Amino acid sequence: MTIGLTHYLVLATAVFLTGLSGVLVRRNSLIVLMSIELMLCAGNIVFAAFSRWLGDASGHVFVLMSFAVAAAEAAIGLAILVEIHRLRRSVNLDDLKTLTE
Amino acid sequence: MFETLALNAPSWSDLRHFVPETVLVVTFLLALMADLFARGRRPAGPFALALGGCLVALAAAVSSLPAGPRSILGDLVVVDGLAGFFRVLFPLIGAITILFSWASGEIMGPRREHKGEFYALVALMAFGMCVMASAADLIMLYLSVELVSLTSYVMAGYMRTSLRSTEASLKYVIFGSVSSGVMLYGLSLLFGLTGETTFVEIRAALLAGRADNFALLVAMVFVLAGLGYKIAAVPFHFWCPDVYEGAPTPVTALFSVGPKAAGFALMIRFFYTTLLSPGGGQAAAGAAAPDGVIVGPADWPLLIAILSVVTMTYGNLVALRQTNVKRLLAYSSIAHVGYLLMGFLMLTAAGLEAILFYLLVYAIMNLGAFLFVIALNNRLGGEEISDYAGLSTRAPWVALMMMVFLLSLTGLPPTAGFIGKMYLFAEVINRHWFWLAVVGALNSVVSLFYYMKIAKAMYFTPGERAPLRLEPLHTAVLILLAAPTLALGVYWTPFKNFVDRAVAGFAGLGG
Repeated sequence: MTIGLTHYLVLATAVFLTGLSGVLVRRNSLIVLMSIELMLCAGNIVFAAFSRWLGDASGHVFVLMSFAVAAAEAAIGLAILVEIHRLRRSVNLDDLKTLTE
Repeated sequence: MFETLALNAPSWSDLRHFVPETVLVVTFLLALMADLFARGRRPAGPFALALGGCLVALAAAVSSLPAGPRSILGDLVVVDGLAGFFRVLFPLIGAITILFSWASGEIMGPRREHKGEFYALVALMAFGMCVMASAADLIMLYLSVELVSLTSYVMAGYMRTSLRSTEASLKYVIFGSVSSGVMLYGLSLLFGLTGETTFVEIRAALLAGRADNFALLVAMVFVLAGLGYKIAAVPFHFWCPDVYEGAPTPVTALFSVGPKAAGFALMIRFFYTTLLSPGGGQAAAGAAAPDGVIVGPADWPLLIAILSVVTMTYGNLVALRQTNVKRLLAYSSIAHVGYLLMGFLMLTAAGLEAILFYLLVYAIMNLGAFLFVIALNNRLGGEEISDYAGLSTRAPWVALMMMVFLLSLTGLPPTAGFIGKMYLFAEVINRHWFWLAVVGALNSVVSLFYYMKIAKAMYFTPGERAPLRLEPLHTAVLILLAAPTLALGVYWTPFKNFVDRAVAGFAGLGG
């Protein structure tokens, strides 16, 4: 069996859904941030797969850019998490109730 | 393995058409460095640099009009009428934000190291928003949205020792990154379906019928989710009230106008360029022609109409029971996005003109309302409606100016908000979307109730009687914003002409 475009797309969909369900289900914000990384990763897989399939390098360029963005996003997310932990001693999303109606 | 890339190679000379943006980036870097040497309670260096930079960018943007249309930086960015309009608007918003942050206790309060960073971030955000308004390629779309988002996360959590501010920031990061993840997935599908990354080439590919309809629908809805989050349209609005309430008020003021306007700019450019066929665009630019032909499987105008109705109704109804003014204004800003979306789905030049004019007016009046909240927070230490009791005797002029902003936000004459709404509704009725116009009008009536709750507290609820003196800088900027809110309600022709020229120069419509 040769691995073709479809396989990559199925893989990407699976990774995307794993990430999305992680965001929706898990309450620990660290895990949520990791799930978000999975969602970004799914987009990257699709880009890389199509880029190879179409013979067009702009998808690869996109993946490189999106790596940088994901890294910056993780850095900022973790920095905020550290602050939150310093203030509350918890990173559980259910504890974030200061701002509710 | 790959074909040779046929790119319009970027060159240094492209920067001639990218002056306002370049100025803002340089300003950001200089202000950041100046902050390292800032001494004393207030960082005068970064403040002056950022303010000066925004003003220079503003001057450069004005002097570059009428802009393009010109494709620069390897076709990643297009400078046209639409971009020209927004790069005047964003440095202006940045400059106003910088001005009123200077005297704000939340930003410049005690125990905050590196206060100057804030001003640098405002300049960076203005840059990101300018690029959002001129992005012509999926890569630039994604990068500019992320640049604005990342800056926003940091600014929302600027009061590091505040529970509310950090919580707002974390919620923003999570909602923001999820939507950007969804959007990235949508963009990747779009790239796969069309094999192109430039908006114009995507349209060509779609017109050639290269894309599968269902997959295209999924991709476009995913991209809409990412952009819908940026403008805080229901159902992508969950972050909005919490972030607006928790973030420092000057930041909230900036969020409520800047990224929203930038999101609209990008939505207009992206959807009008990719989904509107060129013939349809030309037909739409002519007055009597029917709606432009839409590429793709869905009834996009109806979809957006539903989004618009849900957004404005939800925003207005929830705003009714708010007691915190920041939160109230957050929901009201969601409602305003609903009104703006009405113009978006008209697919006509007149609809776009109405959107741009409304964005201009909305920026002025909403910044004004938030500045009022900031100025009083400095003195009263709170932003509940009940805090404003008896304000008409304590600070009559300030209460009167807030009254102007509130009337304008409701859309009553003789204010700028009335004219803005008039153009929006006129186009909606012109295009025979009568039910939409009725829902919009009913919503405006609902909004009157909660805006007048603030007015009632100021004018009819007895409170303290001691006169209240605001920071002179705040009063000055308030006057600077209240004057155009009134003046534009009486004499708006030059600004309407300015907006009309911007839309006429928009490369997506009729070009």
